[in-house]
Amino acid sequence: MTASLTFSNLACVRGGRVLFKGLNATLGPGEALLLTGPNGVGKSSLLRLIAGLLPAYAGKVTHEGRLALSDESHALDPRLPLAKALGYWAGMDGTGPGAVADALDALDMARLGDVPVRLLSTGQRRRANLARVLASGADIWLLDEPGNGLDTASLALLGRAIAAHRAQGGIVVVASHQPLGLTDAQALALEAAE
Amino acid sequence: MNAFLAILGRDLRLSLGSGGIGLPVVFFLLVATLYPFAVGPDGALLAKTGGGVLWVAALLAALLPIDRLIAPDAEAGVLDQYAVRGVGEEMIAAAKITAHWIGFGPPLMLAAIPASAMLRLDGETLAAVELGLLAGTPGLAALGVMVASLTAGLRRGGALAGLLMLPLAIPLIIFGAGSIGDFGGGALRFLAASSLFLVAVAPFAAGAGIRALRE
Repeated sequence: MTASLTFSNLACVRGGRVLFKGLNATLGPGEALLLTGPNGVGKSSLLRLIAGLLPAYAGKVTHEGRLALSDESHALDPRLPLAKALGYWAGMDGTGPGAVADALDALDMARLGDVPVRLLSTGQRRRANLARVLASGADIWLLDEPGNGLDTASLALLGRAIAAHRAQGGIVVVASHQPLGLTDAQALALEAAE
Repeated sequence: MNAFLAILGRDLRLSLGSGGIGLPVVFFLLVATLYPFAVGPDGALLAKTGGGVLWVAALLAALLPIDRLIAPDAEAGVLDQYAVRGVGEEMIAAAKITAHWIGFGPPLMLAAIPASAMLRLDGETLAAVELGLLAGTPGLAALGVMVASLTAGLRRGGALAGLLMLPLAIPLIIFGAGSIGDFGGGALRFLAASSLFLVAVAPFAAGAGIRALRE
């Protein structure tokens, strides 16, 4: 199966206010979409809409392949060791402990597998959040500000992980203010409606 | 089914880890201990009213873990992650109801044995209480998860959950306490019927509540 993601004429209304309308994009295997725009313009809402967490006011999202979302909440049990907490989601995704170990390795967190999630620093939690996406084996990654709180070395690791995912035919949609070294990505600049 | 078992396992582990199972049981036994102090050591009176007191205690014990059932998962983004993976909200609710029941139903049935000794209940009454708890606690668990999902998005939802849940539990209390008098009679069947009804309806109501949390 080849991954694909398409949305057309997409509009989102939150609290009676139009966040955006008329958004279009078509992504095939290995392609990336970079969402840009000022705060509050609806980048996170667009990602949640693609993930199926918000209803579209107008337009339609279609995708082939499994989705994985990384937003501001890491959704990991604070008291569990990191590898076990990630393993819960990997088990649900059907990938297992091997994928968790690989993901931790890719983000230079292999040493932290036994550390309870609550003891991790902000940047480490952010990376743990991304490790959950890496370990999911999903075809389409939706990343909301993945570079927040990451140091330069971690940003480079993230860029490498994204490149590897795309090389395997994966799709990435990312909202970011940091440069992530995305090569030939489509760009979608959101502007305030009205 | 895989997701159901995973959610069930996780919720059980969490309630075990946070003392969730011990707390309702201790509370239940505490009520059974305090009641004889309050009404005096009159054995006949205790035996006559003890069964009903156990039912009130069971209902209040089921309320204790209610603010931990849905709200923490909603805040931590766990429910969002389920949704991204296409796990149905009804399935989440059903798994949470099952985990909640395992967490307090069987432990309460065990705790009812020492509690009945403190309240001077005879063997026949204890059997009726146990049978009633077996039939009624699934309904209490379903009600708990339903109310928890409806109040998860609110500030101080825990207090509101109590106010919402107690009136809805009145049928269970009436038929539960009523089943003690006539062993194997109509009250037990009504209790089982109301409990079954709640178990059947709650996954859909709680599922809708979980969906509404995302907005």
